[in-house]
Amino acid sequence: MKHRIPPTRSGRLDGAFFFHGAMSLRHIVILSFLLFAVAACLPPVGVEQPPAAGTRDELVLATTTSTYDSGLLDYILPDFERKTGIRVRVIAVGTGQALALGKAGDADVLLVHAREREEQFVAEGYAPSRHDVMYNDFVIVGPAEDPAGIRGMTSAAEAFKRIAQAQALFVSRGDDSGTYIKEQKIWQEAGITPQGDWYESAGQGMGAVLNMANEQQAYTLSDRSTFLARQREGLDLEILVEGDPVLFNQYGVLPVTPDKEHDINYGAAIAFVNWITSPETQELIASYGIEQFGSQLFFPNARGNQAGD
Amino acid sequence: MDTIFRGFVEALRLIVELDRSLVEIVGLSLQVSGLALGLSVLLGVPLGVWLGMRRFRGQRLAVATIYTGMGLPPVVVGLVVYLLLSRQGPLGQLGWLFTPRAMVLTQTILSLPLVAGFTMTAINSVPPGLILQLRSLGATPTQVTLTLLYEARAGVLAAVVAGFGAIISEVGSVMIVGGNIAGKTRVLTTAIVLETRKGNFDLAIALGLILLGLTFTANWMLLHLQGRFESTR
Repeated sequence: MKHRIPPTRSGRLDGAFFFHGAMSLRHIVILSFLLFAVAACLPPVGVEQPPAAGTRDELVLATTTSTYDSGLLDYILPDFERKTGIRVRVIAVGTGQALALGKAGDADVLLVHAREREEQFVAEGYAPSRHDVMYNDFVIVGPAEDPAGIRGMTSAAEAFKRIAQAQALFVSRGDDSGTYIKEQKIWQEAGITPQGDWYESAGQGMGAVLNMANEQQAYTLSDRSTFLARQREGLDLEILVEGDPVLFNQYGVLPVTPDKEHDINYGAAIAFVNWITSPETQELIASYGIEQFGSQLFFPNARGNQAGD
Repeated sequence: MDTIFRGFVEALRLIVELDRSLVEIVGLSLQVSGLALGLSVLLGVPLGVWLGMRRFRGQRLAVATIYTGMGLPPVVVGLVVYLLLSRQGPLGQLGWLFTPRAMVLTQTILSLPLVAGFTMTAINSVPPGLILQLRSLGATPTQVTLTLLYEARAGVLAAVVAGFGAIISEVGSVMIVGGNIAGKTRVLTTAIVLETRKGNFDLAIALGLILLGLTFTANWMLLHLQGRFESTR
Protein backbone atom coordinates (compact mmCIF):
# COMPACT_ATOMS: atom_id res chain seq x y z
CA MET A 1 0.00 0.00 0.00
CA LYS A 2 2.36 2.56 -1.25
CA HIS A 3 0.83 5.86 -2.13
CA ARG A 4 2.31 9.22 -2.71
CA ILE A 5 1.65 11.91 -0.14
CA PRO A 6 1.22 15.22 -1.88
CA PRO A 7 3.40 17.97 -0.49
CA THR A 8 1.46 19.93 2.09
CA ARG A 9 0.80 23.39 0.92
CA SER A 10 1.78 25.06 4.15
CA GLY A 11 5.09 23.31 4.16
CA ARG A 12 4.40 21.86 7.58
CA LEU A 13 5.83 18.45 8.20
CA ASP A 14 3.03 15.98 8.52
CA GLY A 15 4.45 12.97 10.25
CA ALA A 16 3.04 10.57 7.71
CA PHE A 17 5.65 11.09 5.06
CA PHE A 18 8.37 9.69 7.22
CA PHE A 19 6.70 6.33 6.97
CA HIS A 20 5.68 6.33 3.37
CA GLY A 21 7.92 5.97 0.42
CA ALA A 22 7.94 9.10 -1.61
CA MET A 23 9.39 12.30 -0.27
CA SER A 24 8.97 15.38 -2.37
CA LEU A 25 11.92 17.61 -3.07
CA ARG A 26 10.27 20.24 -0.90
CA HIS A 27 10.12 17.88 2.06
CA ILE A 28 13.74 16.99 1.62
CA VAL A 29 14.71 20.64 1.58
CA ILE A 30 12.69 21.39 4.69
CA LEU A 31 14.03 18.34 6.45
CA SER A 32 17.62 19.19 5.67
CA PHE A 33 17.08 22.72 6.93
CA LEU A 34 15.67 21.33 10.16
CA LEU A 35 18.54 18.91 10.59
CA PHE A 36 20.96 21.70 9.94
CA ALA A 37 19.25 23.96 12.46
CA VAL A 38 19.28 21.23 15.10
CA ALA A 39 22.93 20.46 14.40
CA ALA A 40 23.78 24.12 14.73
CA CYS A 41 22.19 24.26 18.18
CA LEU A 42 23.88 21.17 19.55
CA PRO A 43 27.23 21.56 21.26
CA PRO A 44 29.94 20.35 18.90
CA VAL A 45 31.13 16.86 19.60
CA GLY A 46 34.82 16.13 19.55
CA VAL A 47 35.62 19.59 18.21
CA GLU A 48 37.86 21.60 20.41
CA GLN A 49 36.45 25.04 21.12
CA PRO A 50 39.10 27.71 20.77
CA PRO A 51 39.43 28.73 24.40
CA ALA A 52 40.26 32.24 25.50
CA ALA A 53 43.81 32.60 26.72
CA GLY A 54 42.64 33.02 30.27
CA THR A 55 40.62 29.90 30.96
CA ARG A 56 41.84 29.01 34.42
CA ASP A 57 42.77 25.40 33.87
CA GLU A 58 44.32 25.98 30.48
CA LEU A 59 47.66 27.48 29.54
CA VAL A 60 48.65 28.66 26.08
CA LEU A 61 52.33 28.00 25.42
CA ALA A 62 53.87 29.63 22.37
CA THR A 63 57.11 27.94 21.48
CA THR A 64 59.50 27.31 18.65
CA THR A 65 59.00 24.47 16.23
CA SER A 66 62.21 22.83 17.46
CA THR A 67 60.90 21.97 20.94
CA TYR A 68 57.76 20.54 19.41
CA ASP A 69 59.16 18.80 16.32
CA SER A 70 61.88 17.14 18.35
CA GLY A 71 59.26 15.51 20.57
CA LEU A 72 60.55 17.11 23.79
CA LEU A 73 57.23 18.72 24.74
CA ASP A 74 55.29 15.51 24.26
CA TYR A 75 57.83 13.92 26.56
CA ILE A 76 57.75 16.43 29.43
CA LEU A 77 54.34 18.15 29.33
CA PRO A 78 52.29 15.21 30.67
CA ASP A 79 54.28 15.60 33.92
CA PHE A 80 53.21 19.25 34.22
CA GLU A 81 49.58 18.43 33.47
CA ARG A 82 49.59 15.63 36.01
CA LYS A 83 51.15 17.75 38.74
CA THR A 84 49.09 20.91 38.28
CA GLY A 85 45.91 19.81 36.52
CA ILE A 86 46.51 22.61 34.03
CA ARG A 87 46.11 21.64 30.39
CA VAL A 88 48.69 23.07 28.02
CA ARG A 89 47.82 24.19 24.52
CA VAL A 90 50.99 24.33 22.45
CA ILE A 91 51.37 26.77 19.57
CA ALA A 92 54.55 25.81 17.73
CA VAL A 93 55.77 28.67 15.54
CA GLY A 94 58.94 30.60 14.78
CA THR A 95 60.49 32.65 17.59
CA GLY A 96 59.36 35.85 15.83
CA GLN A 97 55.73 34.79 15.80
CA ALA A 98 55.91 33.39 19.32
CA LEU A 99 57.05 36.80 20.58
CA ALA A 100 54.33 38.49 18.51
CA LEU A 101 51.73 36.17 20.06
CA GLY A 102 52.98 37.17 23.50
CA LYS A 103 52.78 40.87 22.65
CA ALA A 104 49.25 40.46 21.36
CA GLY A 105 48.21 38.65 24.53
CA ASP A 106 47.41 35.48 22.60
CA ALA A 107 49.81 33.35 24.65
CA ASP A 108 50.38 33.04 28.40
CA VAL A 109 53.95 31.81 28.41
CA LEU A 110 56.76 31.60 25.86
CA LEU A 111 59.53 29.04 25.45
CA VAL A 112 61.86 30.43 22.79
CA HIS A 113 65.50 30.74 21.79
CA ALA A 114 66.69 34.17 20.73
CA ARG A 115 68.32 35.67 23.77
CA GLU A 116 68.70 39.27 22.65
CA ARG A 117 65.13 39.51 21.45
CA GLU A 118 63.89 37.90 24.65
CA GLU A 119 65.73 40.48 26.70
CA GLN A 120 64.27 43.21 24.56
CA PHE A 121 60.82 41.66 25.14
CA VAL A 122 61.36 41.97 28.89
CA ALA A 123 62.75 45.51 28.55
CA GLU A 124 59.63 46.53 26.66
CA GLY A 125 57.54 45.30 29.56
CA TYR A 126 55.81 42.39 27.85
CA ALA A 127 57.27 39.92 30.32
CA PRO A 128 58.33 40.53 33.93
CA SER A 129 61.34 38.26 33.60
CA ARG A 130 63.18 35.69 31.50
CA HIS A 131 64.76 32.48 32.78
CA ASP A 132 67.30 30.11 31.32
CA VAL A 133 65.86 26.64 30.77
CA MET A 134 68.23 24.56 28.69
CA TYR A 135 70.36 24.65 25.60
CA ASN A 136 70.81 22.49 22.61
CA ASP A 137 73.15 23.04 19.73
CA PHE A 138 73.13 23.69 16.05
CA VAL A 139 75.01 21.68 13.48
CA ILE A 140 75.98 22.43 9.91
CA VAL A 141 74.71 19.60 7.77
CA GLY A 142 75.24 18.81 4.13
CA PRO A 143 75.70 16.09 1.54
CA ALA A 144 78.21 13.31 2.15
CA GLU A 145 80.22 14.40 -0.92
CA ASP A 146 80.75 17.77 0.82
CA PRO A 147 81.54 19.84 -2.30
CA ALA A 148 82.75 22.82 -0.24
CA GLY A 149 85.05 20.63 1.85
CA ILE A 150 83.95 21.74 5.33
CA ARG A 151 83.85 18.38 7.08
CA GLY A 152 85.46 18.45 10.49
CA MET A 153 86.06 22.19 10.60
CA THR A 154 85.87 23.65 14.11
CA SER A 155 84.77 27.16 13.22
CA ALA A 156 81.26 27.64 11.90
CA ALA A 157 82.15 31.02 10.40
CA GLU A 158 85.11 29.54 8.48
CA ALA A 159 82.86 26.76 7.19
CA PHE A 160 80.31 29.31 5.99
CA LYS A 161 83.12 31.20 4.22
CA ARG A 162 84.08 28.07 2.32
CA ILE A 163 80.49 27.37 1.33
CA ALA A 164 80.18 30.92 -0.02
CA GLN A 165 83.50 30.68 -1.88
CA ALA A 166 82.52 27.37 -3.45
CA GLN A 167 79.06 28.81 -4.27
CA ALA A 168 77.71 25.53 -2.93
CA LEU A 169 73.94 25.45 -2.57
CA PHE A 170 72.79 26.53 0.91
CA VAL A 171 69.16 26.48 2.03
CA SER A 172 68.31 29.10 4.65
CA ARG A 173 65.28 29.14 6.93
CA GLY A 174 64.78 32.81 6.06
CA ASP A 175 61.82 33.01 8.42
CA ASP A 176 62.81 35.03 11.47
CA SER A 177 63.16 31.87 13.57
CA GLY A 178 65.82 31.44 16.26
CA THR A 179 67.69 29.18 13.86
CA TYR A 180 67.65 31.85 11.18
CA ILE A 181 68.82 34.52 13.62
CA LYS A 182 71.72 32.23 14.56
CA GLU A 183 72.54 31.66 10.89
CA GLN A 184 72.63 35.41 10.28
CA LYS A 185 74.98 35.81 13.22
CA ILE A 186 77.39 33.28 11.74
CA TRP A 187 77.33 34.94 8.31
CA GLN A 188 78.05 38.22 10.05
CA GLU A 189 80.97 36.67 11.87
CA ALA A 190 82.22 35.33 8.54
CA GLY A 191 81.95 38.82 7.08
CA ILE A 192 79.70 37.67 4.26
CA THR A 193 76.32 38.90 3.07
CA PRO A 194 74.94 35.74 1.51
CA GLN A 195 73.20 36.31 -1.79
CA GLY A 196 73.10 34.76 -5.22
CA ASP A 197 71.73 31.64 -6.83
CA TRP A 198 73.54 29.38 -4.38
CA TYR A 199 71.73 30.88 -1.39
CA GLU A 200 68.07 29.87 -1.14
CA SER A 201 65.94 31.67 1.42
CA ALA A 202 63.03 29.29 1.95
CA GLY A 203 60.97 30.97 4.64
CA GLN A 204 59.83 27.63 5.99
CA GLY A 205 60.15 25.46 9.09
CA MET A 206 63.15 23.28 9.97
CA GLY A 207 61.53 20.08 8.71
CA ALA A 208 60.71 21.57 5.30
CA VAL A 209 64.15 23.15 4.97
CA LEU A 210 65.85 19.84 5.77
CA ASN A 211 63.73 18.23 3.04
CA MET A 212 64.76 20.89 0.58
CA ALA A 213 68.44 20.53 1.48
CA ASN A 214 68.11 16.78 1.15
CA GLU A 215 66.41 16.94 -2.25
CA GLN A 216 68.95 19.38 -3.63
CA GLN A 217 71.90 17.93 -1.71
CA ALA A 218 72.56 21.34 -0.23
CA TYR A 219 74.00 22.63 3.04
CA THR A 220 71.92 24.04 5.85
CA LEU A 221 72.04 24.95 9.52
CA SER A 222 69.83 22.82 11.74
CA ASP A 223 69.28 22.28 15.43
CA ARG A 224 70.68 18.90 16.34
CA SER A 225 67.47 17.45 17.73
CA THR A 226 65.34 18.07 14.64
CA PHE A 227 68.15 16.86 12.41
CA LEU A 228 68.62 13.60 14.34
CA ALA A 229 64.89 12.95 14.43
CA ARG A 230 64.64 13.51 10.67
CA GLN A 231 67.80 11.58 9.84
CA ARG A 232 66.23 8.48 11.27
CA GLU A 233 63.46 8.90 8.72
CA GLY A 234 65.97 8.70 5.90
CA LEU A 235 67.54 12.11 5.30
CA ASP A 236 70.55 11.71 3.05
CA LEU A 237 72.58 14.41 4.83
CA GLU A 238 75.35 14.31 7.42
CA ILE A 239 76.59 16.45 10.28
CA LEU A 240 79.72 18.13 8.93
CA VAL A 241 80.51 20.86 11.49
CA GLU A 242 79.67 20.89 15.20
CA GLY A 243 80.97 22.00 18.58
CA ASP A 244 81.77 25.66 17.86
CA PRO A 245 80.51 27.66 20.90
CA VAL A 246 78.66 30.02 18.54
CA LEU A 247 76.45 27.05 17.67
CA PHE A 248 75.04 26.74 21.19
CA ASN A 249 71.41 27.61 21.47
CA GLN A 250 70.00 28.89 24.76
CA TYR A 251 66.29 28.48 25.47
CA GLY A 252 64.48 30.90 27.75
CA VAL A 253 61.05 30.84 29.33
CA LEU A 254 59.03 34.05 29.69
CA PRO A 255 55.68 34.51 31.43
CA VAL A 256 53.62 37.16 29.63
CA THR A 257 52.84 40.24 31.72
CA PRO A 258 49.14 40.33 32.57
CA ASP A 259 47.20 43.48 31.74
CA LYS A 260 43.60 44.63 31.77
CA GLU A 261 43.05 44.22 28.03
CA HIS A 262 44.02 40.60 27.69
CA ASP A 263 42.95 37.70 29.81
CA ILE A 264 46.40 36.30 30.55
CA ASN A 265 46.51 33.20 32.72
CA TYR A 266 49.40 34.54 34.75
CA GLY A 267 49.08 32.11 37.66
CA ALA A 268 49.40 29.13 35.36
CA ALA A 269 52.28 30.81 33.51
CA ILE A 270 54.22 31.23 36.77
CA ALA A 271 53.45 27.62 37.70
CA PHE A 272 54.88 26.59 34.33
CA VAL A 273 58.05 28.65 34.78
CA ASN A 274 58.60 27.21 38.25
CA TRP A 275 57.95 23.71 37.01
CA ILE A 276 60.25 23.80 33.97
CA THR A 277 63.14 25.28 35.99
CA SER A 278 62.67 22.83 38.88
CA PRO A 279 65.36 20.17 39.47
CA GLU A 280 63.00 17.28 38.67
CA THR A 281 61.91 18.70 35.32
CA GLN A 282 65.48 19.60 34.49
CA GLU A 283 66.42 15.98 35.03
CA LEU A 284 63.51 14.91 32.84
CA ILE A 285 64.75 17.21 30.06
CA ALA A 286 68.25 15.76 30.34
CA SER A 287 66.93 12.24 29.94
CA TYR A 288 65.07 12.98 26.72
CA GLY A 289 66.42 11.46 23.55
CA ILE A 290 68.85 8.97 25.07
CA GLU A 291 66.52 6.06 24.58
CA GLN A 292 65.09 7.20 21.25
CA PHE A 293 68.03 8.77 19.45
CA GLY A 294 70.99 7.45 21.40
CA SER A 295 72.08 10.91 22.47
CA GLN A 296 70.96 13.65 24.81
CA LEU A 297 69.27 16.43 22.82
CA PHE A 298 68.72 19.20 25.36
CA PHE A 299 71.07 20.23 28.14
CA PRO A 300 69.22 21.76 31.10
CA ASN A 301 70.89 24.77 32.70
CA ALA A 302 68.26 26.58 34.77
CA ARG A 303 69.96 27.98 37.81
CA GLY A 304 67.18 27.19 40.23
CA ASN A 305 65.78 30.57 39.32
CA GLN A 306 62.20 30.61 40.45
CA ALA A 307 59.85 33.21 39.08
CA GLY A 308 58.09 33.72 42.38
CA ASP A 309 55.45 31.86 44.28
CA MET B 1 40.99 45.94 13.29
CA ASP B 2 44.06 48.05 13.81
CA THR B 3 46.23 45.51 12.05
CA ILE B 4 43.92 45.44 9.04
CA PHE B 5 44.03 49.22 8.77
CA ARG B 6 47.81 49.29 9.06
CA GLY B 7 47.94 46.49 6.49
CA PHE B 8 45.90 48.64 4.14
CA VAL B 9 48.33 51.53 4.54
CA GLU B 10 51.27 49.17 4.10
CA ALA B 11 49.69 47.73 0.94
CA LEU B 12 49.33 51.22 -0.52
CA ARG B 13 52.92 52.03 0.37
CA LEU B 14 54.24 48.87 -1.29
CA ILE B 15 52.23 49.52 -4.44
CA VAL B 16 53.13 53.21 -4.69
CA GLU B 17 56.83 52.54 -4.11
CA LEU B 18 56.74 49.57 -6.51
CA ASP B 19 58.66 47.57 -3.93
CA ARG B 20 61.10 45.34 -5.80
CA SER B 21 60.40 42.08 -4.02
CA LEU B 22 56.67 42.77 -4.27
CA VAL B 23 56.92 43.24 -8.03
CA GLU B 24 58.89 39.99 -8.23
CA ILE B 25 56.36 38.10 -6.13
CA VAL B 26 53.32 39.44 -8.00
CA GLY B 27 55.06 38.80 -11.31
CA LEU B 28 55.79 35.19 -10.45
CA SER B 29 52.25 34.63 -9.10
CA LEU B 30 50.76 35.88 -12.37
CA GLN B 31 53.29 33.97 -14.47
CA VAL B 32 52.76 30.64 -12.72
CA SER B 33 48.98 30.84 -12.42
CA GLY B 34 48.64 32.42 -15.87
CA LEU B 35 50.66 29.68 -17.54
CA ALA B 36 48.80 26.98 -15.64
CA LEU B 37 45.48 28.55 -16.63
CA GLY B 38 46.59 28.79 -20.26
CA LEU B 39 47.49 25.10 -20.32
CA SER B 40 44.21 24.21 -18.60
CA VAL B 41 42.20 26.16 -21.16
CA LEU B 42 44.14 24.63 -24.03
CA LEU B 43 43.44 21.12 -22.76
CA GLY B 44 40.29 21.61 -20.70
CA VAL B 45 38.03 23.47 -23.14
CA PRO B 46 38.33 20.84 -25.92
CA LEU B 47 37.91 18.12 -23.31
CA GLY B 48 34.80 19.82 -21.90
CA VAL B 49 33.33 20.33 -25.37
CA TRP B 50 33.96 16.72 -26.24
CA LEU B 51 32.39 15.44 -23.02
CA GLY B 52 29.44 17.79 -23.48
CA MET B 53 28.70 16.78 -27.06
CA ARG B 54 29.41 13.10 -27.24
CA ARG B 55 27.63 10.25 -25.58
CA PHE B 56 29.79 7.21 -25.03
CA ARG B 57 30.28 4.19 -22.83
CA GLY B 58 32.01 5.12 -19.58
CA GLN B 59 30.97 8.73 -19.85
CA ARG B 60 29.55 8.74 -16.37
CA LEU B 61 32.86 7.55 -15.02
CA ALA B 62 34.68 10.28 -16.93
CA VAL B 63 32.31 12.95 -15.64
CA ALA B 64 32.53 11.67 -12.08
CA THR B 65 36.31 11.77 -12.37
CA ILE B 66 36.21 15.38 -13.59
CA TYR B 67 33.85 16.37 -10.78
CA THR B 68 36.16 14.76 -8.24
CA GLY B 69 39.04 16.63 -9.81
CA MET B 70 37.18 19.89 -9.24
CA GLY B 71 37.52 19.35 -5.51
CA LEU B 72 41.09 18.06 -5.38
CA PRO B 73 42.86 19.21 -2.21
CA PRO B 74 45.88 21.28 -3.32
CA VAL B 75 48.14 19.81 -0.63
CA VAL B 76 47.47 16.29 -1.85
CA VAL B 77 48.25 17.27 -5.44
CA GLY B 78 51.37 19.02 -4.16
CA LEU B 79 52.43 15.97 -2.22
CA VAL B 80 51.96 13.58 -5.14
CA VAL B 81 53.80 15.86 -7.56
CA TYR B 82 56.54 16.31 -4.94
CA LEU B 83 57.01 12.55 -4.71
CA LEU B 84 57.07 12.24 -8.51
CA LEU B 85 59.67 14.99 -8.88
CA SER B 86 61.73 14.03 -5.84
CA ARG B 87 65.29 12.81 -6.32
CA GLN B 88 64.15 9.27 -5.68
CA GLY B 89 60.93 9.75 -7.67
CA PRO B 90 60.32 8.57 -11.23
CA LEU B 91 60.65 12.10 -12.65
CA GLY B 92 63.54 13.15 -10.43
CA GLN B 93 65.87 13.43 -13.41
CA LEU B 94 63.96 16.45 -14.69
CA GLY B 95 65.24 18.54 -11.79
CA TRP B 96 61.93 20.41 -11.62
CA LEU B 97 61.44 20.27 -7.85
CA PHE B 98 61.61 23.73 -6.20
CA THR B 99 61.32 25.48 -9.57
CA PRO B 100 58.38 27.43 -11.07
CA ARG B 101 57.86 24.56 -13.52
CA ALA B 102 56.76 22.26 -10.72
CA MET B 103 54.35 24.95 -9.54
CA VAL B 104 52.85 25.34 -13.04
CA LEU B 105 52.44 21.57 -13.17
CA THR B 106 50.49 21.29 -9.89
CA GLN B 107 48.34 24.32 -10.67
CA THR B 108 47.51 22.92 -14.09
CA ILE B 109 46.40 19.68 -12.46
CA LEU B 110 44.24 21.72 -10.08
CA SER B 111 42.57 23.99 -12.65
CA LEU B 112 42.18 21.57 -15.56
CA PRO B 113 39.16 19.72 -14.09
CA LEU B 114 37.48 23.03 -13.21
CA VAL B 115 37.86 24.38 -16.74
CA ALA B 116 36.81 21.07 -18.35
CA GLY B 117 33.90 20.52 -15.95
CA PHE B 118 32.38 23.99 -16.28
CA THR B 119 32.87 23.96 -20.06
CA MET B 120 31.05 20.65 -20.24
CA THR B 121 28.14 22.04 -18.22
CA ALA B 122 28.00 25.11 -20.45
CA ILE B 123 27.90 22.97 -23.60
CA ASN B 124 25.20 20.79 -22.04
CA SER B 125 23.04 23.82 -21.44
CA VAL B 126 22.85 24.68 -25.12
CA PRO B 127 19.43 23.47 -26.42
CA PRO B 128 19.99 20.05 -28.01
CA GLY B 129 17.76 20.97 -30.92
CA LEU B 130 20.42 23.36 -32.10
CA ILE B 131 22.79 20.59 -33.10
CA LEU B 132 20.11 18.90 -35.20
CA GLN B 133 19.16 22.18 -36.77
CA LEU B 134 22.77 22.99 -37.65
CA ARG B 135 23.32 19.54 -39.10
CA SER B 136 20.19 19.73 -41.18
CA LEU B 137 21.44 23.04 -42.54
CA GLY B 138 24.53 21.18 -43.72
CA ALA B 139 27.09 22.40 -41.12
CA THR B 140 30.33 20.45 -40.91
CA PRO B 141 31.24 18.91 -37.51
CA THR B 142 33.81 21.68 -36.98
CA GLN B 143 31.19 24.33 -37.69
CA VAL B 144 28.77 22.64 -35.27
CA THR B 145 31.41 22.59 -32.54
CA LEU B 146 32.40 26.21 -33.04
CA THR B 147 28.78 27.35 -33.03
CA LEU B 148 28.12 25.43 -29.80
CA LEU B 149 31.17 26.97 -28.24
CA TYR B 150 30.00 30.40 -29.32
CA GLU B 151 26.54 29.82 -27.88
CA ALA B 152 28.04 28.60 -24.62
CA ARG B 153 30.67 31.36 -24.42
CA ALA B 154 29.37 32.88 -21.18
CA GLY B 155 29.65 29.53 -19.44
CA VAL B 156 33.09 28.86 -20.89
CA LEU B 157 34.25 32.22 -19.58
CA ALA B 158 32.91 31.26 -16.17
CA ALA B 159 35.00 28.11 -16.45
CA VAL B 160 38.12 30.21 -17.00
CA VAL B 161 37.22 32.48 -14.06
CA ALA B 162 36.72 29.49 -11.78
CA GLY B 163 40.02 27.98 -12.85
CA PHE B 164 41.93 31.19 -12.24
CA GLY B 165 40.30 31.88 -8.89
CA ALA B 166 41.17 28.42 -7.65
CA ILE B 167 44.87 28.59 -8.41
CA ILE B 168 45.84 32.22 -7.84
CA SER B 169 44.62 31.89 -4.23
CA GLU B 170 46.04 28.41 -3.66
CA VAL B 171 48.92 27.92 -1.25
CA GLY B 172 49.17 24.23 -0.38
CA SER B 173 50.68 22.83 -3.55
CA VAL B 174 53.01 25.71 -4.47
CA MET B 175 54.45 25.72 -0.95
CA ILE B 176 55.26 22.01 -1.18
CA VAL B 177 56.66 21.79 -4.69
CA GLY B 178 57.99 25.35 -4.98
CA GLY B 179 59.55 25.67 -1.54
CA ASN B 180 58.81 29.41 -1.18
CA ILE B 181 62.38 30.36 -2.15
CA ALA B 182 62.88 34.13 -2.17
CA GLY B 183 63.28 35.46 -5.70
CA LYS B 184 62.80 32.01 -7.23
CA THR B 185 59.56 30.37 -6.21
CA ARG B 186 57.95 32.76 -3.73
CA VAL B 187 54.44 33.77 -4.75
CA LEU B 188 51.83 35.92 -2.99
CA THR B 189 50.16 33.14 -1.05
CA THR B 190 53.37 31.57 0.24
CA ALA B 191 54.70 35.02 1.14
CA ILE B 192 51.54 35.60 3.21
CA VAL B 193 52.11 32.34 5.10
CA LEU B 194 55.73 33.34 5.74
CA GLU B 195 54.94 36.84 7.00
CA THR B 196 52.20 35.47 9.25
CA ARG B 197 54.66 32.98 10.73
CA LYS B 198 57.15 35.77 11.28
CA GLY B 199 54.52 37.79 13.11
CA ASN B 200 54.59 40.57 10.48
CA PHE B 201 50.82 40.79 10.42
CA ASP B 202 50.77 44.22 8.73
CA LEU B 203 52.78 42.99 5.79
CA ALA B 204 50.80 39.73 5.65
CA ILE B 205 47.52 41.63 5.47
CA ALA B 206 49.01 44.00 2.91
CA LEU B 207 49.96 41.08 0.67
CA GLY B 208 46.51 39.58 1.24
CA LEU B 209 44.86 42.81 0.12
CA ILE B 210 47.07 42.93 -2.97
CA LEU B 211 46.11 39.33 -3.78
CA LEU B 212 42.43 40.18 -3.39
CA GLY B 213 42.85 43.25 -5.57
CA LEU B 214 44.59 41.20 -8.23
CA THR B 215 41.87 38.54 -8.28
CA PHE B 216 39.20 41.21 -8.35
CA THR B 217 40.83 42.99 -11.27
CA ALA B 218 41.18 39.75 -13.22
CA ASN B 219 37.55 38.85 -12.62
CA TRP B 220 36.42 42.36 -13.45
CA MET B 221 38.20 42.19 -16.78
CA LEU B 222 36.68 38.81 -17.58
CA LEU B 223 33.25 40.01 -16.58
CA HIS B 224 33.70 43.00 -18.81
CA LEU B 225 34.58 40.67 -21.64
CA GLN B 226 31.50 38.61 -20.87
CA GLY B 227 29.36 41.76 -20.93
CA ARG B 228 30.71 42.60 -24.36
CA PHE B 229 29.86 39.10 -25.53
CA GLU B 230 26.32 39.43 -24.26
CA SER B 231 25.73 42.74 -25.96
CA THR B 232 26.86 41.44 -29.35
CA ARG B 233 24.21 38.75 -29.26
